[in-house]
Amino acid sequence: MQIDRKTRFLTREEAIYFGLLAAVIFLILPLALDSFRLNLFGKYLTYAFVAIGLVLCWGAGGILSLGQGVFFGLGGYAMAMFLKLEASTPEATAIQSTPGIPDFMDWNQITALPWWWEPFNSLAFSLIAVVIVPVAFAFIIGVAMFRRRVGGVYFAIITQAIAAILTILIIGQQGFTGGVNGITDLRTLKGWDIRTDEAKEILYFVNAVLLFACLFAAQYVRRSKLGRLLIAMRDQEDRVRFSGYDVASFKIFVFCLGAAFAGIGGAMFTLQVGFMSPTLVGIVPSIEMVIFAAVGGRLSILGAVYGTLLVNWAKTTLSESFPELWLLGLGALFIAVVMFFPNGLAGLWSEQVMPRLRKLFAGRGAGARPPAAPVPANSASAPDSPAAKAAAE
Amino acid sequence: MSIHQTSFVLSVEDLTVSFDGFKAVDGLTFYVEPNECRVMIGPNGAGKTTVLDLICGRTRATGGSVRFKDQELLTMREDQIVLAGVGRKFQTPSVYEDLSVFENLELSFPRGHGVFGSLFFRRDAEVKDRIQEIAETIFLADLLDEKAAFLSHGQKQWLEIGMLLIQDPELLMLDEPVAGMSVAERKKTAELLNRIIDHRSVIVIEHDMGFVEDIATRVTVLHQGKTLSEGKMDKVKNDPKVIEVYLGH
Ligand SMILES: Nc1ncnc2c1ncn2[C@@H]1O[C@H](COP(=O)(O)OP(=O)(O)OP(=O)(O)O)[C@@H](O)[C@H]1O
Ligand SMILES: [Mg+2]
Repeated sequence: MQIDRKTRFLTREEAIYFGLLAAVIFLILPLALDSFRLNLFGKYLTYAFVAIGLVLCWGAGGILSLGQGVFFGLGGYAMAMFLKLEASTPEATAIQSTPGIPDFMDWNQITALPWWWEPFNSLAFSLIAVVIVPVAFAFIIGVAMFRRRVGGVYFAIITQAIAAILTILIIGQQGFTGGVNGITDLRTLKGWDIRTDEAKEILYFVNAVLLFACLFAAQYVRRSKLGRLLIAMRDQEDRVRFSGYDVASFKIFVFCLGAAFAGIGGAMFTLQVGFMSPTLVGIVPSIEMVIFAAVGGRLSILGAVYGTLLVNWAKTTLSESFPELWLLGLGALFIAVVMFFPNGLAGLWSEQVMPRLRKLFAGRGAGARPPAAPVPANSASAPDSPAAKAAAE
Repeated sequence: MSIHQTSFVLSVEDLTVSFDGFKAVDGLTFYVEPNECRVMIGPNGAGKTTVLDLICGRTRATGGSVRFKDQELLTMREDQIVLAGVGRKFQTPSVYEDLSVFENLELSFPRGHGVFGSLFFRRDAEVKDRIQEIAETIFLADLLDEKAAFLSHGQKQWLEIGMLLIQDPELLMLDEPVAGMSVAERKKTAELLNRIIDHRSVIVIEHDMGFVEDIATRVTVLHQGKTLSEGKMDKVKNDPKVIEVYLGH
């Protein structure tokens, strides 16, 4: 019986947690925040896409990527290119020496749209590119690394180098990419002005729906045999390999999935914030995204969302008053989490808060019963519940 | 190829591996017949584990050939070798500590080994029945929902054997399956092995001579990467060379 329960898409407890997060994102934030702040939280939530991917890659599969900003950026740039082309009609750019091309190209003496920009005139193509370009890039990196059995710290360093290289490339190729400023001054999506408060509110909800779609996809993966294989690979890669699995292909898959999530997040960033720039691609944002996942709890997809919101909210609040201190604070936070709360907020919740709450309610509910008797490890009742986990440890 | 050769399940010929000039396995040749239980013995560092590593693709050979039925294993990827029917148990128990006994066995069930196969894998009655059956064989039927981390050393060894059994390999390779077990566990393991080896070929590495006598069809004594002696247990036991390098002390 219990064996069946564990392959169910959501346990009752998980369904409640999903419901709570949905309430926060769909009701509480929109009701509590003005349109400026809501847009800010919408921006934070775009990073949560990356954090969810990191929970799968790093938390479940043990693959730490310090270059997720690359995929966020590729998705974001794909969206930005479409919006930029729409904003660069010959009429709107009549004062340029070559009207009809993006302004930064004109400033860099480019006189015709580069061929690889052409397809981004199509919205359908651009939307597909938002997902496919990051996935294809992740696939190439994945094949090159995982087939050669590169992993652990080496993989982390290489992904970081890729993030650095891409940033340098974008900045260096100013005429094609907008350089260090990025692609700015985005206005409309198929004629719909994305800069108004109303549009930003709608985009917030579109973003929220997409985030939940990714959360459900991630939950499905975790519940599937593939999810258990990732955990198995993290512990005993050789045993998995010698049980007849091609370990590299599973790593490539989960890395590509994380890239797809990141790409969607990047595109939603562009839409909600109105620009895309190399500052979102490089090493610092990539590491920040890992910290969001770590703070939330690298084993929990929902924790990653809360972690992202909390760290970003703290960043905005604190860096308004102490801008120089923020990076130091972030570093200290990361070290503290790694040393003292390896499972982040989600771990604190399930290992500390929940057992105490249970105790409290059990004590009130049945006076005669000893409060929170340790759950025998082999009892029929939920061995994977937080209480049992805490009791077992 | 002659008919004679293809009747072997496994033909290892002139197998050699050199680690920076040190030949851990040196021109080794042996053949395993269907339903044979071949035991490999030899002093520490003789190259026994390395031979299994070479057969299952974990270490790449420098020379020679390993044919399993009609396939050359030396050029195949590890997971392909497993799917071809070669199962391998490691010297130290290798189970997935964060998963339950049930899940450990399930991951070895021979279905859904591709990315999408495992994404859409269904835990149906066939899977559950088979896991139940195996769990009974390996004395873990009552512990299916236990996290593998909480098993005793001996139980982990059994679990790993179970993970191989569920694959139903034609050739089963076990590296010191009773090492570190209590006397009672040893007896149960011998009984378990005797039950599972009779319809497949097995290669076992073991130091416990009592145990070896109990299960071996034939014995290969390895010394410095080479065969020192080979044959029935009685013959090998009385071979003066074997007594000198291995059994003597
Ligand atoms: N990857 C490797 N690189 C270098 N040397 C190795 C490697 N693997 C094994 N060796 C060496 O090869 C020799 C044989 O090792 P192996 O593990 O096969 O011995 P064994 O017969 O299994 O011994 P034991 O009874 O202790 O398990 C040892 O000297 C070992 O140090
Ligand atoms: Mg050995």
